[in-house]
Amino acid sequence: MKVNGAERSGDVEPRVLLVDFLRSNLRLTGTHIGCDTTSCGACTVLLDGNPVKSCTMLAVQVDGRSITTVEGLAQGATLSPIQVGFHEEHGLQCGFCTPGMMLVGTALLERNPNPDEDDIRWAISGNICRCTGYMNIVKAIQHAAKAQAKSPAAVAAGGE
Amino acid sequence: MFPAAFDYRAPATLGDALAILDQQGDDAKVMAGGQSLIPLLRLRFAQPALVLDIGRLPSMSGVSRHDGQLRIGALTRHVDLERSDDLTGGFAILPEAAHWVADPLVRNQGTAGGSICHADPAGDWGAVMLALGADFVVRSASGERVIHAADFFQGPFTTALKANEILTEIRIPIPSGPAGSAYNKLERKVGDFATVAVAVQVELNGGKVSRAGIGLTSVGPSNVKATAAEKALAGLEPTDAVIADAARLAAAAAEPKDDVRGSAEFKKDIVRVFVQRGLKTALARAKGVGA
Repeated sequence: MKVNGAERSGDVEPRVLLVDFLRSNLRLTGTHIGCDTTSCGACTVLLDGNPVKSCTMLAVQVDGRSITTVEGLAQGATLSPIQVGFHEEHGLQCGFCTPGMMLVGTALLERNPNPDEDDIRWAISGNICRCTGYMNIVKAIQHAAKAQAKSPAAVAAGGE
Repeated sequence: MFPAAFDYRAPATLGDALAILDQQGDDAKVMAGGQSLIPLLRLRFAQPALVLDIGRLPSMSGVSRHDGQLRIGALTRHVDLERSDDLTGGFAILPEAAHWVADPLVRNQGTAGGSICHADPAGDWGAVMLALGADFVVRSASGERVIHAADFFQGPFTTALKANEILTEIRIPIPSGPAGSAYNKLERKVGDFATVAVAVQVELNGGKVSRAGIGLTSVGPSNVKATAAEKALAGLEPTDAVIADAARLAAAAAEPKDDVRGSAEFKKDIVRVFVQRGLKTALARAKGVGA
């Protein structure tokens, strides 16, 4: 499979969940394990550009497909517009839900560059923030949307 | 938790999948998007010897119109139905219900066919398919048969599918006259199981209801078809009194249980309110008023 643009492979038992493959085999620990019951969205990754829960996929299901994790958002030392938005708008407190929130935000802006607040709240409705920092998460995504509108080149750097 | 060990096959064709299933039968579990099965595997409620992944079989997803039917491939993802803006009137319920399935992440990966075969009594698609009078095309190594939605859901997580069969397509009659539909769902939060949900479709002929379909979610051992309420509408002008009567009959057909989401009495009353509300929305849509 492709992970953050690089070809990665491994031999795993069929029962290995995608989140465990990413964290244990590839050492990409930015993808978090939250509820383990398909409820919280902390394990969100992009599968061919669309957000999915990596605790609810088998690694073998992704054979030959493309995954983006939070580690794939920045280009070297340059943060993606979403990451800048979370930084500027204080879009995180404990940070546990943040990778999932940023990936969902990235996919939303890819599909809809000008989301209204309702669109954003609906897009993140599968991701739970236990600090209840939703206000600033929404603002962070709005910040990224505005930044991308000013500088479309940054969109390409934001993800796949 | 991680699942108990199983073998995994992801055949390239439906024929190969059916052949494998024919040999393995009850020991195998078919997986489409995995959004219901993987949670069960992880909790070890399900421990199949083989997971047969049909999620990437070709030509089993998408929506088309053919022979007076709307045809939905079993592997069509919830998100694809949610974004089908061309499904309006009698089919407006499809994007509307899709919008309420689980949460956006699950909708990106889960499939309509997978959800139907999982047959959770709290599942949304079962009620919708009962309301729309859908037929399910199922294939096995020995051929094809069609099962009416009304005969398909037999109990909690139990369907008329045999162990060697795979659902391949959903076929819904295209109404001949003006038609409308609606889905109303009450849930505590995004992603929770429905407290109650109600699916309705009405077809009109000269101002009278020529056909009504009503399906209920989370108020019985399976999705419930409110047959008496449907019959109470047929052939009549849908006045407030007729609608109220149908709503009462639908509530009477519901068999909810008391639980953390509410009392049985409360849920029955929500059925009554949602049937009324859904019928009014559906009638407005049939008349071309509102989306």
